[in-house]
Amino acid sequence: MTLTRRGFIKLSGATLASSSMSAMGFGGCGAALAESVRPYKLAAAKETRNTCTYCSVACGILIYTSGDGAKNAHSNIMHIEGDPDHPVNRGTLCPKGSALLDVVHSPGRLQVPKYRAPGSNEFKEVTWDFALDRIARLMKDDRDANFIAKNEKGQTVNRWLTTGMLAASATSNETALLTWKVARSFGMLVFDNQARV
Amino acid sequence: MTNTWQDIKNANLVLVMGGNAAEAHPCGFKWVIEAKIQNAARLIVVDPRFNRTAAVADYHAPIRPGTDIAFLSGVIRYLLETDQVQHEYVRAFTNASLIVKEGYSFADGLFNGYDAETHSYDKTDWAYELDDQGFAKIDDTWQNPRCVINLMRKHVDRYTPEMVSRICGTPIDKYLYVCQQIASTCLPDKAMTSLFALGWTQHSIGSQNIRTMAMVQLLLGNIGVAGGGMNALRGHSNIQGLTDVGLLSNQLPGYLTMPKDEEQTFDDYMKTRQFKPLRPNQMSYWQNYRKFFVSFQKTMFGDAATAENNWAYDYLPKLNLPMYDIIRAFEMMVHGEINGYICQGFNPLQAFPEKNKIRRGLSKLKYLIVMDPLDTETARFWEDVGPLNPSDPSKIPTEVFQLPTACFAEEDGSLVNSARWLQWHWKAANSPAQAKSDIWIMSAIFHRIRELYRKEGGAFPDPILNLSWKYTDPTNPSPDELAKDLNGKTLADIKDPSGAVVLKAGQQLDSFGQLRDDGTTESGCWVFTGCYTEKGNMMARRDTYDPRDQGITPDWAWAWPANRRILYNRASADVAGNPWNPAKPIIQWNGDRWVGIDVPDYGPTIKPSEGVGPFIMNAEGTGRFFALDQMVDGPFPEHYEPFESPVENLLHPKVQNNPAARVFPDDRADFGTSADFPYVGTTYRLTEHFHFWTKHALINAILQPQEFIEIGEVLANEKGIANNSWVRLSSKRGYMICKALVTKRIKPMMVAGKPTHVIGVPIHWGFTGLAKKGYGANILTPSVGDANTQTPEFKAFLVNVEPSNGPEGEV
Repeated sequence: MTLTRRGFIKLSGATLASSSMSAMGFGGCGAALAESVRPYKLAAAKETRNTCTYCSVACGILIYTSGDGAKNAHSNIMHIEGDPDHPVNRGTLCPKGSALLDVVHSPGRLQVPKYRAPGSNEFKEVTWDFALDRIARLMKDDRDANFIAKNEKGQTVNRWLTTGMLAASATSNETALLTWKVARSFGMLVFDNQARV
Repeated sequence: MTNTWQDIKNANLVLVMGGNAAEAHPCGFKWVIEAKIQNAARLIVVDPRFNRTAAVADYHAPIRPGTDIAFLSGVIRYLLETDQVQHEYVRAFTNASLIVKEGYSFADGLFNGYDAETHSYDKTDWAYELDDQGFAKIDDTWQNPRCVINLMRKHVDRYTPEMVSRICGTPIDKYLYVCQQIASTCLPDKAMTSLFALGWTQHSIGSQNIRTMAMVQLLLGNIGVAGGGMNALRGHSNIQGLTDVGLLSNQLPGYLTMPKDEEQTFDDYMKTRQFKPLRPNQMSYWQNYRKFFVSFQKTMFGDAATAENNWAYDYLPKLNLPMYDIIRAFEMMVHGEINGYICQGFNPLQAFPEKNKIRRGLSKLKYLIVMDPLDTETARFWEDVGPLNPSDPSKIPTEVFQLPTACFAEEDGSLVNSARWLQWHWKAANSPAQAKSDIWIMSAIFHRIRELYRKEGGAFPDPILNLSWKYTDPTNPSPDELAKDLNGKTLADIKDPSGAVVLKAGQQLDSFGQLRDDGTTESGCWVFTGCYTEKGNMMARRDTYDPRDQGITPDWAWAWPANRRILYNRASADVAGNPWNPAKPIIQWNGDRWVGIDVPDYGPTIKPSEGVGPFIMNAEGTGRFFALDQMVDGPFPEHYEPFESPVENLLHPKVQNNPAARVFPDDRADFGTSADFPYVGTTYRLTEHFHFWTKHALINAILQPQEFIEIGEVLANEKGIANNSWVRLSSKRGYMICKALVTKRIKPMMVAGKPTHVIGVPIHWGFTGLAKKGYGANILTPSVGDANTQTPEFKAFLVNVEPSNGPEGEV
């Protein structure tokens, strides 16, 4: 009987039935021992294929999440490891990738929108509606006040230089396209991403 | 990368120069070890430090930061002088034989056409002599002194081993050994791979660093072949994708370029984008530019982009400068010319040079919007954190919005790795609390602003009101829908000349060859066409099949362009179509068509006898030793000293630095001299950290908790600095107080006859996160960029170091 490591976990953790225990050669006494062992959490976890968020080697990773994905189930990522099927990293991860779980659950993860008023020395929690309405107002007013439809030669240039944007090179291509569309529809030219660094 | 990560194992020689793959790309670096084990490859590292890659290398040669062009130009000279080049490849596949215009010249550090006022060149004469049909003149005998090969020979003649050694600080014997090893791959069946990263890009001569190596690789016949290529290891997980999708000031998706003021009409714009072949029979594939552009405008503006309005050409903003790069953006900011700034997953207060200037710039904004999963320094630039971030919040008028975003594990989507693979990933869990995806946030901002324009009117609302937004849930478009947009589809039935429908309306396209310039197709990024077809999401494929186990895996995910894994792979075969290396062929001519383990980078049925060159994107069909007018700082690379350098330029003291670099006056005033700052500083990364993110991850914060610098034993003894003691490291622009790691890994180099010390500055600390608080290396670095790309010069600058009593106020 050939078992992969993941297969082993599934087999041993799924039900702990005596039949599977004997399949692994534990026999009768093993079943009693097995009952005293906590069920393996990974066996009940949802496995999701993903890509390490750090460098461009783009190692394949497997993310293990508790919760079955149902609307009311609280999902919680509890383990991340290298994807053994991935042709580049073949299951391995570096000191950064091995610790991905700690960045997902970092105490530095932002939870709520915050706002810092002019002259203030603190952030205050605000609603999304407050933040987005205020942002839209500021951006539109700035665009209307500073949009350059024609340059000094009378040429049509339709640009907005007084608001700029840095895009994120850890976002997906899909986010990138949407970001491009939005930024350029406003006429933005002060627009770059980390590839400039 | 021209090649793939696994393809590195096919190399006979791995040259790591301008990077430190063992430290920064460990899981990709395993393929270097595979090359050593499976292919008896040798690994050579050329780097200022005996770094982690050097620790497992066969040979390490030290080099002073910022002198790579001198080193590699010397390699070119060595290859030509010892005649160790791949002759057939060079003659057939490069522009060595083409004849350059009379006006081109180079003397005393300057190419012809220089304007000292504007720091720029008139590049008109950086061109070929043309015949009456408009084709470049050629001399296959290489007798004409204006053949590219002869001009190149003359250009590199000054880079003698003695000169290289005096400039670079590399001992002559070590330099010549590296030359010999590199030259050994001139045999048709031997390949060298070049692995590089920010060690080459982050210089005021960054683009030319890379070009010099590409020229070496062309001379050796190492481009397009298994185990060869120019392999940029690249940084963030989707830095390649963001480049491909053109999120850069001067770019459209798929390497199309933004229009300029003078290009007032679409016809004007297309005039300089004709890409007429410069030699007979060449593909010059950019001739399809118009199809890519029109299809993109259809993705942007849908029905509002019509033939009558020139495909909404006026909706695109026009550039009055080459680009509005980030160094320029902060220059504008400190002068009050920018009011609002959005930082989406980007932390410029740590990531951009001259931190004090960055903070000054941010402090002048009316509003700053930060979208990030983590609590960045940029979002808190206004906080007074003592010497680490001195500030008076009461005087800073900026409204700051800190918006929590999802992280990689909490969304679907595709990322492009450095080998150009688009790999799909899946959401594993919901985001914490109120965090939202970037897609949701950008959509929300867009919809609110569009609504304001609908209600109030305002400045040129047309592109906003007409932006195509046909998503099932307009407030949160799905990644699958956006991926389909990137791929593109037909907008009407496509018919062949006989009138038969070949593609039905609404069908996802299979390849960019199907794109049209009549508005009947759309594609958000032409190089991605084929990633999401009628067969489904090709980026989600997971078949690990690897024909001949050669590192191609054609059915794993999807690679741009056209699922091609090795770029320029036509050059893996000789003129007749037979593989240079019969043991590791990629494609070959079978009498009817090109066949092999990869998608041909060529017309699949073009006969070898037709003489179509393998570099199909270039108008002459060849690789370029002479870059024509494509680089702002010269058609050949030239050694210029970093803007802060300990020595004068030994080749031409009157032209010390890159004459085509753009330097703002107040930045120039902030350059230091070696009288005050006698040591060479260089920044880099540690394997335990990723930029400024992992200081928020507990394990990484424990592994490398504290800001430090690396300093060699000789300098440490001179200065009385003990290992693990406090030091004060300063530049003209600022200082940091941190721990010193006294190391054997950095040794003084003899540069122009005097010992030169290098100090290493890892970049990873700041004032947020779980690690101990630190300053960040950018407190020191100068605000000047590469002349072509404006990538900041982080790798070579001047510093001073002194023992210190430790952090102020804590001792």
